[in-house]
Amino acid sequence: MRWITAALIGGSLLLPPFFAGDFYINLASQILIAAIFALSLNLLVGFGGMTSLGHASYLGVAAYISALLTNRYGFGHGAAAIISISGTVAMAGFFGVIALRATGLGFLMITLALSQVLWGLAYRMSNVTNGDNGITGLTRPAPFGISLENPVSFYWFALIVATMAFVMMTIFVTSAFGSSLMGVRDQARRMAALGFNPWLIRWITFVYAGFWGGISGLLYVYYHKYIHPTSLSITSSAEALLGVIAGGSGTLGGPAVGAALVLLLKNYASAYIERWNMLLGLVFLFIVLVMPTGIAPGFSRLVARMRGERIDDRSRA
Amino acid sequence: MQFWIIQGLNSLSLGGLLFLLSSGFSLIFGLMRLANLTHGAFFMLGTYIAATALRAYDGLNLWVTALAAGFAVAALGGVFERLVLTRLKTNPLGQVLVTLGMSFIISDACLMLWGGDSIPVPTPRNLQAPTRLFGFVFPTYRLVLVGLAIVAAVALYFLLERTRLGAMIRAGVDDRQMARAIGIPVSNLFTIVFCLGAGIAGAAGVLGGPILSAYPGLDADMLPLALIVVILGGIGSLLGAFVGSFVIGFIYTFGIALFPELAYIILFLPMIFVIAFRPQGLFGRVGA
Amino acid sequence: MTDPALEVINLKKAFGGLAVTQDVSLVVRPGERRLIIGPNGAGKTTLFNQISGDLRPNSGQIRLFGADITGLPPYRRAHCGLSRTYQIITLFAGDTIQHNVSLALLGLRPSRWQIWLPMSHYRDIAVEARQALDAVGLLHLADRSISDIAYGERRRVELAIALAQRPRVLLLDEPLAGLSNAERTTVKSLIASIPRETTLVMIEHDMDTALDLAETVTLLNYGRVIVDGKRDAVIADERTREVYLGT
Repeated sequence: MRWITAALIGGSLLLPPFFAGDFYINLASQILIAAIFALSLNLLVGFGGMTSLGHASYLGVAAYISALLTNRYGFGHGAAAIISISGTVAMAGFFGVIALRATGLGFLMITLALSQVLWGLAYRMSNVTNGDNGITGLTRPAPFGISLENPVSFYWFALIVATMAFVMMTIFVTSAFGSSLMGVRDQARRMAALGFNPWLIRWITFVYAGFWGGISGLLYVYYHKYIHPTSLSITSSAEALLGVIAGGSGTLGGPAVGAALVLLLKNYASAYIERWNMLLGLVFLFIVLVMPTGIAPGFSRLVARMRGERIDDRSRA
Repeated sequence: MQFWIIQGLNSLSLGGLLFLLSSGFSLIFGLMRLANLTHGAFFMLGTYIAATALRAYDGLNLWVTALAAGFAVAALGGVFERLVLTRLKTNPLGQVLVTLGMSFIISDACLMLWGGDSIPVPTPRNLQAPTRLFGFVFPTYRLVLVGLAIVAAVALYFLLERTRLGAMIRAGVDDRQMARAIGIPVSNLFTIVFCLGAGIAGAAGVLGGPILSAYPGLDADMLPLALIVVILGGIGSLLGAFVGSFVIGFIYTFGIALFPELAYIILFLPMIFVIAFRPQGLFGRVGA
Repeated sequence: MTDPALEVINLKKAFGGLAVTQDVSLVVRPGERRLIIGPNGAGKTTLFNQISGDLRPNSGQIRLFGADITGLPPYRRAHCGLSRTYQIITLFAGDTIQHNVSLALLGLRPSRWQIWLPMSHYRDIAVEARQALDAVGLLHLADRSISDIAYGERRRVELAIALAQRPRVLLLDEPLAGLSNAERTTVKSLIASIPRETTLVMIEHDMDTALDLAETVTLLNYGRVIVDGKRDAVIADERTREVYLGT
């Protein structure tokens, strides 16, 4: 069943460039970027049991570093990407040390505070970040000389990166380390008694999640050719979190589906309603109250029920 | 010299405001184990109410408005708590998410109702004239604000330490299960505390109006300050919220005045130090 | 003269004004079967928590085969050969029994840091896990979920998990708690068959049941060691009667 779903989704991802117009291909690219971001967050939320409200930090910082290096300091995209990701990972390491002094709600509050500090910096350090104007006039890289300017080629690029991201995150989560991560999520004290180092396991996961968050940030800035402090805002983190929860933090692919839904909602809603934030808030309330485990588990629960199987809501790799 | 004095007073008044804001947050967190992300929005709602009411009705008393707004926001908080939060007792993550969602709803509603421009809140007329003390000139309203914060601190202290309600709240903070077991109506207590916290935040918003003005994003500016105060001062500790508020008030005010671009980093540093060396905050309890 | 398996030296722990461990000293020889008894609130589990590293003592030392482990975090102690079971069952509820035991085996192996290969790649873990389950008579339930089995069976899984790591010192925190008579006999015979390479230190609240498993007994009360020595001597001691009967 799983394989059929995977094949169907995989297959449908190959379709847009052949059947859709530019608008939809671009939308599909944005979905892929949001999916990587949500999947990276789910490493923390679903598999690590660490809910972060500051994940946008990694997307935003990677994007800003790349933008500044290419736009203002004349770096090539390759070097800029490497420096940007290294910087983002270093920041994730540092933030991880701070945030992991606490767990649960304390962790959440610290990640939120850290991310808000970054957001404030992006606004205020306008001689560096251009503040509220954002940084415009950015370019897309041309890997191996292939231009990514047109929607179709960008889409293939995003699809390749997204597939790599999905595969690598899946390997991570299904590995022996992944088993220890989920063990720590479920019974940290017990795991410590068994010889696992809960702090280090969480920290490594935190950094890895930051890495992929940074990758999604690079794709983000390449796609939009523009970066603004809003990408670091709590709304940005919240959208990803909503995607994770709506799609189902308990599954591998759920967050991607959720992220797609949130993006589509945002796109369509903004055509009719000005108040996206309000809608986002209402959707949050709805999902949490009505479908707390998300849509993907809801779907697999339905299938399980049809088959007469037992239902287990926790994240399974 | 005047500069330093003024900044000092500004620090104190910001600290006072932050105390009013974060005391409620700390109480809610301490008792309900809930990081109420709507708190900034409650504050902002108060400020907007003040902006509208005081501009529409010229002679309206600021203090009365603060009380009224406090009650209004408390009522809103109560409805939210009863309708939404109580359904999520076993889902602490869900509780946080709905408070986040609620904050988005409130902030967007404010944007819808009041537009995108900043709306100043008039200082009460009888406090507009500056005060002269020791040869220096002080904006009177800010002095009054500091006084109010101290009064509120004392009142809250009395409430928590000397009343039966306070004893029940403290018992609930210390050990929720035990409190329930000995017959304390924890669920009603939750509603009361949430309303109290929200109400104080709303009133604080009114009182902060003359200094901050009402603008979209006020909630996003205030919430992280409240968070940092509580992280610094310790969860559930009134004393921690008091000390933390003034520390942050000073750091933020002087930071903005001296290094405007780095103000956020300066805020950041004490938070990091405290988390690194004393994760439970200055006055919090280990394992809270 | 070989080092004692476990040595506790002048351990003190207080929570605020409440002293829960008052100058406790213990010496457990390798291979010994030691039982720690005492009324409720005597500080038995607190003592265990300090030995396992879940709690930091205010002063004193803990030595494992001569090595000072007082400052080590719990996970490091596991690598020194210390294992424990818990009073309240803390198993991985959504997982199969075999997975529970496999995790215990993974805990001491470097492959726990492996981020490429899944645990299933390591056949030896699966083999050893099944052996450990067989030793406690639960092999037939290996693929069942923890939530599907009876309480007594879960206690045996606890034991299997602790024993799978072949610990040098095993702390058993009320291993017989909440068991029916039949289950109790089963678990007791399992404990009795633990090889001498593993030193056992047990806490049991119910004296009668656990006594036949013990060679030496330590009686705690109000955080202090009251009597300490061979089982029969401790039982006959007047102070023991005082503590339990208040005479």
